[in-house]
Amino acid sequence: MLELHGITQVFGGVTALQDVSFRINANEITGVIGPNGAGKTTLFNIVTGIYSQTSGTITFEGRDISRLPVERLAKLGMVRTFQNIELFGQMTVLENVMVGLHSRSHSGLFACSFKAPWAIKEEGRIKKEAYEWLTFAGIEDLAEVTAANLPFGKGRLLEIARAMACHPHLILMDEPAAGLNSQETQGLAALIRRIREMGITVVLVEHDMELVMDICDRIVVLNLGQKLAEGTPREIQDNPEVIAAYLGEDE
Amino acid sequence: MKRELIKFALFALCVLLAPLLFRGSYLMNVLVFVGIHTMLAVALNLLLGYAGQISLGHAGFFGLGAYASAILTTTYEWNPWTAMALAAVTVGALAFVIGFPILKLKGHYLAMATLGLGIIIYIIFNEWVEMTEGPSGFSGIPNLTLGSLVFDTDRKNFYLVWFFVLGCILLSVNLANSRIGRAFRAVHDAEVAARVMGVNARLLKVQVFALSAMICAIAGSLYAHVMTFIAPPSFGFTVSVELLTMVVIGGLGSIYGSFLGALLLTLLPEFLRFMQDYDIVFYGGLLMLMTIFMPGGLVRGIPELFRKLAGVISRKGDAHA
Repeated sequence: MLELHGITQVFGGVTALQDVSFRINANEITGVIGPNGAGKTTLFNIVTGIYSQTSGTITFEGRDISRLPVERLAKLGMVRTFQNIELFGQMTVLENVMVGLHSRSHSGLFACSFKAPWAIKEEGRIKKEAYEWLTFAGIEDLAEVTAANLPFGKGRLLEIARAMACHPHLILMDEPAAGLNSQETQGLAALIRRIREMGITVVLVEHDMELVMDICDRIVVLNLGQKLAEGTPREIQDNPEVIAAYLGEDE
Repeated sequence: MKRELIKFALFALCVLLAPLLFRGSYLMNVLVFVGIHTMLAVALNLLLGYAGQISLGHAGFFGLGAYASAILTTTYEWNPWTAMALAAVTVGALAFVIGFPILKLKGHYLAMATLGLGIIIYIIFNEWVEMTEGPSGFSGIPNLTLGSLVFDTDRKNFYLVWFFVLGCILLSVNLANSRIGRAFRAVHDAEVAARVMGVNARLLKVQVFALSAMICAIAGSLYAHVMTFIAPPSFGFTVSVELLTMVVIGGLGSIYGSFLGALLLTLLPEFLRFMQDYDIVFYGGLLMLMTIFMPGGLVRGIPELFRKLAGVISRKGDAHA
């Protein structure tokens, strides 16, 4: 599904990631964990085209995407959410999800200005489908609310609904549980499972260990910019190197 | 969507009825200017209010349209409508090409680059004397005609210009509420997230820049034919700043707000004539007060003001009871 080969990222003189390689299997939930500063978010930004890695290659569904710009990935079926939710604040909740359908709609500037029949038809389809994704995330009653006014937990759900509207094959979530209370986190876990049941591959960077151990099929551990371990949650929990990285080694 | 249509119909009705209320030729003439300024402000608002990209060179595009029409119809005796269309397309294409490098810049740098662009265009108007007749201005531009109808009076020009203004407003409102308009606003609010959703932010910015320039060029053509005389100062830096003020005072991201801004900033200097040289002080002061107390612009500030007034009145009522 997604393969990383020797990803290295150097910022100025600092090596943020060094020779990281692993693969994500289709239709699994994979967790990427590691202590603060391990390079998890950097890795996400590289995979999703926001940063350009110093060296290394990424293939997605057999296609080399190492140097593709961000906006090309949505159409290929890869989408992400952000740690500090990035909503379109001045737009309504519904409009946010409608932007999610951008890569799967086509009407151009002039067709939209002149309200060409096909543009009107497409607009109807966009709106209808956007509602469906709001219902999927359970926030359809907030459709007309301005996104900036949403409580944090609902904003998270909106980000997921918006990402799902792209019809991704792979969705990457950067700390989806950050800032959520335990009840919201449970709801999130159920939502992520439902996404996987739809045949979509999920990768998440997460600090909430309970959530990670609960829902992930496989886990990749990063530490100090390098891959420390990978395996099932059980294997990771029993791995002495991982325990040492998290708890600190005895001097 | 229905609401937008009703809003537009009401607005169009008001415009069509305006000549019945304001009979004087002078007032008609002022309203023609309000129309041209509205087109320019709407164009700039698409760029600034929706896509979040500043331009301090828009008067340049306005001037290019005006001079293209003037030169083609007078020196080369082209049909004015053909000239107008060609001017619009050429200026749009020019903006598209310039847009790619320029719109890579953000914020202050973009402001500086577009400022430079505007100044270069202005210098060409002034210096390319064989073509533009330089600082003394270009005269003898024919009026527009439609069959046997010649647009030579203020009233006829009012209908001519406002036909274009209404068209421009309708298309802009349509655009703003479409997938493209949403993509503009998404880029404005959170560019990276918009790109993750597959919005090609770079191309979109260039497209809206070109569209905006095109509208300005059409406004310029109309201006040339209405005035029959044009000179470089009408397209200088101060005009670009005035347009920016109209958009901000009217309300960023509101098409009808741009009309309000254009209306206020066109009428105000006319009404302040009696103050003679002090008008500029009053004008500046008013703009400062408005940006402080109505940061959302007239279009949001006025309803807010009414709500507050209503609140004050109802509270007074309660006190008496």
